[in-house]
Amino acid sequence: MKISMTVNGKEVAREVEDRRLLVDYLRQDLGLTGTHVGCDTSQCGACVVHVDGEPVKACTMLAADAEGAQVKTIEGMAGKDGTLHAIQAAFQEHHGLQCGFCTPGMIMSAAALLKENPKPNEHEIREYLDGNICRCTGYHNIVKAIMAASGQPVAIAAE
Amino acid sequence: MPKDSVIGTSTKRREDKRFITGRGQYTDDIVLKDQTYAAFARSDVAHGKIVSIDTSAAEAMPGVLAVFTGEDFAEVGGNPAGWLIHSRDGTPMTEPKRPVLAHGKVRHVGDAYAAVIAETAEQARDAAEAIDATIEELPAIVDLRQAASDTSNRVHDEVASNVCFDWGWIEDNRAAVDEAIKGAPHVTTLELRNNRLSPNPIEPRCSIGDFNPGTEDYTLYTTSQNPHLTRLLVCAFVMGIPENKLRVVAPDVGGGFGSKIYHYGEEALVLAAAKRIGRPVKWTCSRSEAFLTDAHGRDHVTKIELATDFDGNFIAVRTETFANLGAYLSNFATATPTFLHGTLMAGNYTVPNVYVNVKGVFTNTVPVDAYRGAGRPEATFSLERVIDKCARELGIDPIEIRRKNYIKPHQFPYTTPVALEYDTGDYDAVMDRLEAIADLSGFERRLNDSASRGKLRGLGISSYIEACGIAPSNLVGALGGRVGLYDAATVRVNATGTISVMVGAHSHGQSHETTFPQIVADRLGIDESKIEIVHGDTAKIPFGMGTYGSRSLAVCGSAVVRATEKIIAKAKLIAGHMMEAGDAEVDFEDGVFSVRGTNKNVPFGDVALKAYIPHDFPLDRIEPGLEETAFYDPANFTYPSGCYACEVEVDPGTGKVEVMSFAAADDFGNVINPMVVEGQVHGGIAQGIGQALMENAVYDENGQLLSASYMDYTMPRAYDVPMFKVDHSANTPCTHNPLGVKGCGEAGAIGSPPALVNAVIDALQRAGRSSVTHIDMPLTPSRVWDAIHNS
Repeated sequence: MKISMTVNGKEVAREVEDRRLLVDYLRQDLGLTGTHVGCDTSQCGACVVHVDGEPVKACTMLAADAEGAQVKTIEGMAGKDGTLHAIQAAFQEHHGLQCGFCTPGMIMSAAALLKENPKPNEHEIREYLDGNICRCTGYHNIVKAIMAASGQPVAIAAE
Repeated sequence: MPKDSVIGTSTKRREDKRFITGRGQYTDDIVLKDQTYAAFARSDVAHGKIVSIDTSAAEAMPGVLAVFTGEDFAEVGGNPAGWLIHSRDGTPMTEPKRPVLAHGKVRHVGDAYAAVIAETAEQARDAAEAIDATIEELPAIVDLRQAASDTSNRVHDEVASNVCFDWGWIEDNRAAVDEAIKGAPHVTTLELRNNRLSPNPIEPRCSIGDFNPGTEDYTLYTTSQNPHLTRLLVCAFVMGIPENKLRVVAPDVGGGFGSKIYHYGEEALVLAAAKRIGRPVKWTCSRSEAFLTDAHGRDHVTKIELATDFDGNFIAVRTETFANLGAYLSNFATATPTFLHGTLMAGNYTVPNVYVNVKGVFTNTVPVDAYRGAGRPEATFSLERVIDKCARELGIDPIEIRRKNYIKPHQFPYTTPVALEYDTGDYDAVMDRLEAIADLSGFERRLNDSASRGKLRGLGISSYIEACGIAPSNLVGALGGRVGLYDAATVRVNATGTISVMVGAHSHGQSHETTFPQIVADRLGIDESKIEIVHGDTAKIPFGMGTYGSRSLAVCGSAVVRATEKIIAKAKLIAGHMMEAGDAEVDFEDGVFSVRGTNKNVPFGDVALKAYIPHDFPLDRIEPGLEETAFYDPANFTYPSGCYACEVEVDPGTGKVEVMSFAAADDFGNVINPMVVEGQVHGGIAQGIGQALMENAVYDENGQLLSASYMDYTMPRAYDVPMFKVDHSANTPCTHNPLGVKGCGEAGAIGSPPALVNAVIDALQRAGRSSVTHIDMPLTPSRVWDAIHNS
């Protein structure tokens, strides 16, 4: 079947199998490999993208279900001139990533959180990241990065 | 740049930019022209005889290009064990062949017996399902102790009673230890299980095989922590490919934690398949497959005894451990429960008598091998738990009993009864730091606050020591290791003064691309942004041994230093020539060469340029170019140590444990980049909390893995862990490597499980459950509730 949608501001149309998952469509058909696959069960969150502004696990959505939608991936987060999104910059500034594999999903989830709740406290951040697993950082610096990106002080840990 | 500003600075990571913008390149992101896909047919029984495999239906399916079975690899070699262990009676361990694809028998659920190559991944998977195998099921061997005494039912026919080795360390100490325990005033005994874990890096394994018929060159892109080791294993042991005809590339790798050290059969399969069909072959592991094939970790059953006098002075430690090896020997499976475990059983303490017995046992489960910490978490857990129990029995404060038995600074270098020589340390100073950052004096107040909310609060303390910087090749060779464990670096100064450093270590979260330039910048006095690290490609880097065992900085970083020193020596020759002075008169400081006692000087950049434009070189004395390689083999292990404190709240109604605070004071020696070191500790602690509270790889009696998805295998999420308090200020620099560094990658995972379990036991004891002296990990709500209500 033929599907069309807007991905990172660009209109794209492709012929796909009915069973094509959105994540495979993004990674394999469009070459947007920043969105990752870490599990088979919608648990890890490495594949989180935004569909019409909402965070979605792209491994659990058919590409055909995104027909006509506005899709944003990690590749679409920085400005056209390369200026990093505040969350991207904060992840670097606060060492919110190590191997980098969960990072795109983390950043997309964090962006959705701050849209919903611009000044989340530590507890709210941790609860919101329920659907994203990071195996490297112990979350400490991810929480700090999101606090920083929301313009709040990050001195929440005695280090 | 002033020398002291580079080392010890939290330089932001240069690798981040590609990762935060989605431009990392992991193996599965690579697409080769005409790429095909592999899928595997895997056993759904734990133990069985392969009667027949009918591949005809699969071969006829759309898009199928080739089908392989174990027959195709019957004549090639097996994936070897990297360490030969001798049993107490002197006999060498038995080493059954680990084939590319199962042949004759399947030995664990997930054991691959056939593979399909097809045009698309979906076609390959569909066809793999169409392979019709008749497998006669045999009784599954799952229980560790039972396996070790079962002579009729064997994982491998050639291994009677499934015991690969029965190892004693040190066997000559055994009688003295037995005697010391017999005569001791007090003996504390603890039986425990160190729970089996699935490493679960978030990136599943992936391998792409490529073969060029024109040159007969192979390329393997793979998720590896050590591309040269993989190449060596594939070439020398499994496939017989000449090493110079195989290039192994480990690009960005999404975490490893040990599980990507090893060579796996899928890597050999995609190479063989690429050659047969003449096109690249990719295999991407699903998460379910990862649970069924990635080497698991831990899985020990241990009895430990600690003998003391009535004042709590340690007299002897004796352990007996059954270590699960799984169905086949993974590459470091035999080293992990022996030399990486038994040699640490003296801990941070002056204990004159120590004896460790480990029986390595085959079972019909996924192979077990090194997982973050590898043997040292098991040793630390056993020791720190039994010390805590002992302190309680003797009525001694847990910190006091540890301090009483610590090796003191003046005793270093200190040789333990289990053969290690600790070079340096100051455990009291580290404990002082812990007491400060954990605010232990405020515990009573927090205890009362928890009580007012109906919660049981507990405080747990642990100490650890680990042997890192793996490892001195001569030592491991003497102990049965079959590989050298040096590392290597090449420093190439380009004509315009930028520098490429090719390293044997592989960075998959460890931040080498940022921290290694700090080392070179420090030595050369040039800006770190001019220095680039190249890693993960055997065609580009010297033959190094990769990243595991907290070795990258201590071993490969030291190789970087040595290569940089050679660069300086060569550059002095060139600078001397340029300034018409002998190189012995040339000094080098802050990036400038000068002739002693004169005002002559040349900056580093001019020397670099001159090296490549050698119009007037005295070629009998100075070669053109400025590139040097060093191989560094450490003189000893490094010995990071630390003291950890954990406070928990237990809900007596549900048994749920909440980690309220976690403080870690570590001695890592000198620290290159504090931000990176703290991040490593955070991650290690989280994995340790995972082991202590929730992670558990569980097999049923039929050998079915019950915890084979992220729905069933629980890992810490953001709300399961607190903000961590970490400190690394009580440093004693390593005495034998040029950086004075010790390694920090595994510490958090080693020190945290006993601190957490000690805290839960403390909470229950304070609540009057005096009979609860131990709960096996993971401390799930049901286990804790049971301990509270049925004690």
